Amino acid sequence: MNPLLAQVEIRERTSDTCVADNGFCPDWIAHHIDRYVDPFFQHVVLTVVAVAIGFLIAFSLALVAYRRRWLINPITQVTGVLYTIPSIAAFFLLLPLTGRGFVTATIALVAYVLLIIFRNVLTGLDNVPEETKDAGRGMGLTDRQLLWRVEVPLALPEIMAGLRIAVTTTVGLATLAFFAGAGGLGEQIFADINFKSNVVVAGGLAVALAGMLDAVILLTQRAITPWTRAAATR
Amino acid sequence: MKELSLTVPAGDICVLVGPSGCGKTTAMRMVNRMIDITDGDILLDGQSVRERRPAELRRDIGYAIQQVGLFPHLSVADNIATVPRLLGWDRERIRTRVDQLLELVSLDASETRDRYPAQLSGGQRQRVGVARALAVDPPLMLMDEPFGAIDPINRERLQNEFLRLQREIRKTVVFVTHDIDEAIKMGDRIAVLQKGGHLAQYAPPAELLMQPANPFVEDFVGADRALKRLALQRVRDVDLWKAPLVRAGESAAEARAKLADSEVPYPLLVDEHGRPLGWLSERALVGERVSDELRSRPDPVLEMDDVLRDALSDLLAEEAQYGAVVDERGAVTGVLSIEILSHALKADPDEVPSGADAL
Repeated sequence: MNPLLAQVEIRERTSDTCVADNGFCPDWIAHHIDRYVDPFFQHVVLTVVAVAIGFLIAFSLALVAYRRRWLINPITQVTGVLYTIPSIAAFFLLLPLTGRGFVTATIALVAYVLLIIFRNVLTGLDNVPEETKDAGRGMGLTDRQLLWRVEVPLALPEIMAGLRIAVTTTVGLATLAFFAGAGGLGEQIFADINFKSNVVVAGGLAVALAGMLDAVILLTQRAITPWTRAAATR
Repeated sequence: MKELSLTVPAGDICVLVGPSGCGKTTAMRMVNRMIDITDGDILLDGQSVRERRPAELRRDIGYAIQQVGLFPHLSVADNIATVPRLLGWDRERIRTRVDQLLELVSLDASETRDRYPAQLSGGQRQRVGVARALAVDPPLMLMDEPFGAIDPINRERLQNEFLRLQREIRKTVVFVTHDIDEAIKMGDRIAVLQKGGHLAQYAPPAELLMQPANPFVEDFVGADRALKRLALQRVRDVDLWKAPLVRAGESAAEARAKLADSEVPYPLLVDEHGRPLGWLSERALVGERVSDELRSRPDPVLEMDDVLRDALSDLLAEEAQYGAVVDERGAVTGVLSIEILSHALKADPDEVPSGADAL
């Protein structure tokens, strides 16, 4: 079934000329803002769940590939292919397997962020200065202690940068999740794409969400990497 | 690297020195198994390093490297606390130890403790690196060019500080450098390595300088090895000549007697506190009383703690054969001559102090 056929008319017929003209109508927005609440939270859940799962997978892959360098190329190639498959195509490819709904959308979104996070985690780990690792080993840190106490903390700036890209990209891609029947702000946008008020509110919420999540990660990064600003306050 | 055999006495600084690619760093890293030996053995206090798990072995051995390798994401205190934490020390003990170590390496604990490495100068970082290596008071320290990346003035200061520190803590140190001057300054014993880790000579600095085992060592220590040898001794280490000290107005006969008794051919005029005023001409002793007719100023005036090489340089700069040596109060205690210096070069290498003893 073509999801576009599932579109519903979100405007009641009205004598309001602004609404009739598909204009930008603050009054209408004020009265109908509640209908965006559920899609907004669907969108948040889609994004956060997809990035969280994608992070767990990509982070684990990067840790494995960091010690076993020969895995870097195959992992980069596979996640690279996943990255290039258009999300819409992925949604439709997955439909026969996982059906319509949240799971299908999440799988496609996860597949998309793997490459971004994998590369950033690996770059972060690779950028840990050789002498820092040498000193750590020379003082008697085991490989595991070195990884969790030195290498991962020092890779945090790159890891968090990867997360920021992943989150903002996913917020955008999740607007297409309704093709897989997972709702989200995209569903609202496409429900009445000719009505400016609707597009502005739904689209604006997506942009705001991206900005908010980005800010949350940025603030988290600042909180957990205080040393990165230390050089400036010398 | 093959067939390198060395014994380092406990409490000594053993310097591994040689051109790049001679395997000195490799040899050092074998001790804490950063590089594993394929054959032979290394014994620490009689126990083979091969019998111990590398990580545990390394916690018992201080480790300091040229690039320092402080953890940029940890404060100075947390950096120093690395090994104590691995060994499970309690919080209070660690805190006390960190402050004690910072003081030991001449850093202000309250000011430095909570800083990140990026907020320190190069010299401060090196000091923190040494403090971190000393954290659990390991009997053995491995130091790979620990002062290599520092400007010459600070390097000299850090070297002196470390030697002073070493006099207190008496660690056994394996010290790697490519700089022969640093090796001579720091080492109680110096191992000169040739390409392939071949040991060219293993000797105390004075012996290395005066009796190089082969042309490679002779070339490596440099053509100025006699001067370098003088750098190992201080004015207080040699037998000075008695100074013919005279005061203005003193009886000339007495002054002449003093002069006859001394190996120095000129009388040295001093003030009432014994401080040198200048060398007198022969005419000054002609009359009944000593007149203050100066032949020349008293320069150079040398101190007991001056290194012989610097003393020689001062003599040459003043075109003088004799230099008055003064004590802490500035009073003359003797005279150093070019002749004494050339005798000093003939001294038995065993009698020449080295490393921390020389300070």
